[in-house]
Amino acid sequence: MSVESLDPATRVVAGHRTPGAVRHLYVHLPFCAHRCGYCDFVTAVGRLEEHGAYVDGLLAELDAERWRLAATVETAFLGGGTPTFTEPGALARVLRALPDVEELTVEANPETVTPSLAALLREHGVNRISLGAQSFRRQLLEVLERVAGPDDVRRAVQTLRDVGFDNISLDLVYGIPGQSPADLEADLADALALEPEHLSCYELEAKPGTRFTHAHGKELDRQAEAMEGYFEQVVATLTGAGYRWYETANFCLEGDRELRARHNLGIWRGHDYLGVGIGAVSTLAGIRRRNLPSLARYVTASRAGESPPREIERLDAATRAVERLMLGLRLDEPLALAGLEAVLDGRSLERLVDGGLVERIDGSIRLTRRGRLLGGGVTAELLAF
Amino acid sequence: MDQSRIRNFSIIAHIDHGKSTLADRILQVTETVSEREMRDQLLDSMELERERGITIKAQAVRVQWKGHELNLIDTPGHVDFTYEVSRSLQACEGAVLVVDAAQGIEAQTLANAYLAIENDLEIVPVVNKVDLPSADPDGTAAEVCELLGGSPEGVVRISAKTGMNVEQVLDAIVERIPSPEGAVDAPPRALIFDSSYDQYRGVIAFVRIVDGALPTGAVLEAMATGTDFEAEELGFMAPGRIPVETLGAGEVGYVVTGLKDVSRLRVGDTLTLRKGGATTPLPGYKDVKPMVFAGLFPSDSDDYPELRDALEKLKLNDGALFYEPETSQALGFGFRCGFLGLLHMEIVRERLEREFDLDLIVTAPNVAYRVKQRNGDWLEVHNPAEMPREVEEVQEPYVRAQVIVPKDYVGSVMELCTDRRGRFDHMEYLSETRVLLTYDLPLGEIVLDFYDQLKSRTRGYASFDYDLAGFRDGDVTRIDVLVAGEQVDALSLIIHRDAAYERGKLLVERLREEIPRQMFDVPIQAAIGSRVIARETVKAKRKDVLAKCYGGDITRKRKLLEKQKKGKKRMKQVAGVEVPQEAFLAVLNLDGEKRKA
Repeated sequence: MSVESLDPATRVVAGHRTPGAVRHLYVHLPFCAHRCGYCDFVTAVGRLEEHGAYVDGLLAELDAERWRLAATVETAFLGGGTPTFTEPGALARVLRALPDVEELTVEANPETVTPSLAALLREHGVNRISLGAQSFRRQLLEVLERVAGPDDVRRAVQTLRDVGFDNISLDLVYGIPGQSPADLEADLADALALEPEHLSCYELEAKPGTRFTHAHGKELDRQAEAMEGYFEQVVATLTGAGYRWYETANFCLEGDRELRARHNLGIWRGHDYLGVGIGAVSTLAGIRRRNLPSLARYVTASRAGESPPREIERLDAATRAVERLMLGLRLDEPLALAGLEAVLDGRSLERLVDGGLVERIDGSIRLTRRGRLLGGGVTAELLAF
Repeated sequence: MDQSRIRNFSIIAHIDHGKSTLADRILQVTETVSEREMRDQLLDSMELERERGITIKAQAVRVQWKGHELNLIDTPGHVDFTYEVSRSLQACEGAVLVVDAAQGIEAQTLANAYLAIENDLEIVPVVNKVDLPSADPDGTAAEVCELLGGSPEGVVRISAKTGMNVEQVLDAIVERIPSPEGAVDAPPRALIFDSSYDQYRGVIAFVRIVDGALPTGAVLEAMATGTDFEAEELGFMAPGRIPVETLGAGEVGYVVTGLKDVSRLRVGDTLTLRKGGATTPLPGYKDVKPMVFAGLFPSDSDDYPELRDALEKLKLNDGALFYEPETSQALGFGFRCGFLGLLHMEIVRERLEREFDLDLIVTAPNVAYRVKQRNGDWLEVHNPAEMPREVEEVQEPYVRAQVIVPKDYVGSVMELCTDRRGRFDHMEYLSETRVLLTYDLPLGEIVLDFYDQLKSRTRGYASFDYDLAGFRDGDVTRIDVLVAGEQVDALSLIIHRDAAYERGKLLVERLREEIPRQMFDVPIQAAIGSRVIARETVKAKRKDVLAKCYGGDITRKRKLLEKQKKGKKRMKQVAGVEVPQEAFLAVLNLDGEKRKA
């Protein structure tokens, strides 16, 4: 038997590679029923016949990379696209191929959540759902070009609850063209009424040059000022409702269970992660690589037995430290400064501490509430270069 | 060459009326350059001149026409260089006055024509661009005759662009312009009307020999400055340097001096022999002094040595440029530079940025003030931050300004001039539709945005020129700006007392708009002495964080962060406040804002 014919796992055993230590796995499922105007993720629309071929490639890549994973993988995250839009047979194949993990999250759009889908997810060990609600106002959902209506969101949550999901996250977007503070207040109330374990609230990011920005640019400019108040409103409302503001845009219920998104938490803490699928990014021992977004090239490469085409970025020590700072300061937990000294401006730190934006806790720092609202500026200020 | 066969002339015109194009055509028609060598606007050798279509440094070219030696002395075409123009004209017996057939007479046409008349020059009027559809050659010729006298038949109608009738211009030069009449046997006297710097040969002086002759190798002396040197080489331009043994009376040419410092040889000075030379210099020399000052600072303080080197190099070619080191708390190390006027400032700044690739912050320009201190001593102040708080008396420079404008805009121009403390002198009709307004104005009211305002109030139809008219008493005061309680020296300005409150208010309003919101509230105050006259606050930001950041876009988010950091670095820190470079120019646009409001 030649070495080439051995599968990667065998080769690990054969000692050609050291066993991996990666504890976080990301799997990209790009398919969507419709590409929303504001979306900037790697997506593919209307290619139902391609789902099987793509999943073939995905599983091949996963197999080839599996040696990097630790014996115990903490989290896996199926993101998209709309993973739940994937043809159910193909989706099931992906789920079956995953290693055993402690937290297995799947992103879902409300209109795709049928009882049978919910059951399929449940049967395959999915224990956390991230549901793209975005808004409960019909006219705002239309602006976002979402397929689902407000009732679809409620129905989806109920369907998921019915099959036993007890860790549901809702995505909300604010700063939608035409959205008033009262609309946002109502959206937050509607979301809270569903008692989600977790909420992700994002300001709408309109990328220059997209058709969305083109269509709504004026309204977005008009709203820019109000947006500041929106962020405060989100934080005040959700923390008031008993949620922990544990990351800039993420909130979770507090209690006995760990309800933070453990997958993303790993990334914010600077852990390595493996990503498979088109557009997927991995950070592996100081190397960041990104699969190119072309579906056709991905499938072709896979069929030829080759790795997907990738971009590679080498992260030097300073870059890694900058990222640690940038990501770590998004969290409500203290960030240890050990190893970050070289990229930290001590004088700026003093100033920010004096100004009440940063607090110092032994060898760690943490942003104050106002500091977190200004987290980008504070981080830029703290950087020494 | 026998003086009777020499003609020395300049071409004078308002900007864009076709002076350089005519010069090009003359070089072609006289076969001084071949078609192949011909480049448009050959005389304008600097990139910037070519692009802006204006001539900055005068040069002289010798051409041959029907047995005559014609010296074309090119003049700078803008108000700031009036002195240089007048020196160039002094080197001539005649001038070709070019007027655009579509535009008619403009302010610089007048200013230049008056200079030519003052210098007793024979003027050959030329109406250019007669081939343009919008041309009105008859109307323009009539305007010219109104100005100069003479009959419309004497006006040559040409198209410098196509070359049409350019020969007639040359014939008119030979026929109408008198030949020089210098004393051939007298001790030599040569007028320096321009100079340039050659990195291998040092300063090259362009001269008109008035009396006697200069031989190669002679030791020469500049009579006003006392500088002496050996004439390493003499010659004329055609258009490259052609050496000759001797330059005789009436001729125009160059002298290679070997001097390493252009400021040692001043335009307007007289060259003679060191031994046995003339005893009386030619009339009219004056030491031109910069009147407009501004601070030039490198955006990146690391570039200070580059800026210093660049200014040194520019100075070699530009004797009128003045600079001295300046330190600003806000902007760091830089230079306080003096200029002849606004265009001169603009040119220097653009050359620094383009030819030397420097990124600069230029503070709002101010004029020179004469200040009588309490102890009776007079002081010249070039920088608002150095204006003493206690003064006995202040004088500011005035100009005599001429504005030519279609009659419909007379009202708004008068309003502008009155706003700017102008004193009306007189008004006359140049034609049925065009009016010449003459005002005395404080130069300090012109240096900020007068020209822009004039253009915008007259839809670009006004043309404008001025002459310095000496210092007069000025009731001015100094306004300081405090950002977060700290005085920002680079934002101080000197202003007429009556306008102080209004300007102070506008200034802090502008600064509030220019200074981005920070992580803390930033108070901005304008003060006269310790008295605060206006206050605004830049409210602190309430949000400055990227909404989301997951594994897929860490690199992009990190790059955004690095960009944000770079943006912060580009801004100047004042009392811990990031002040963008644009804010230092806020004082420039106060009136623009006022009008919008």
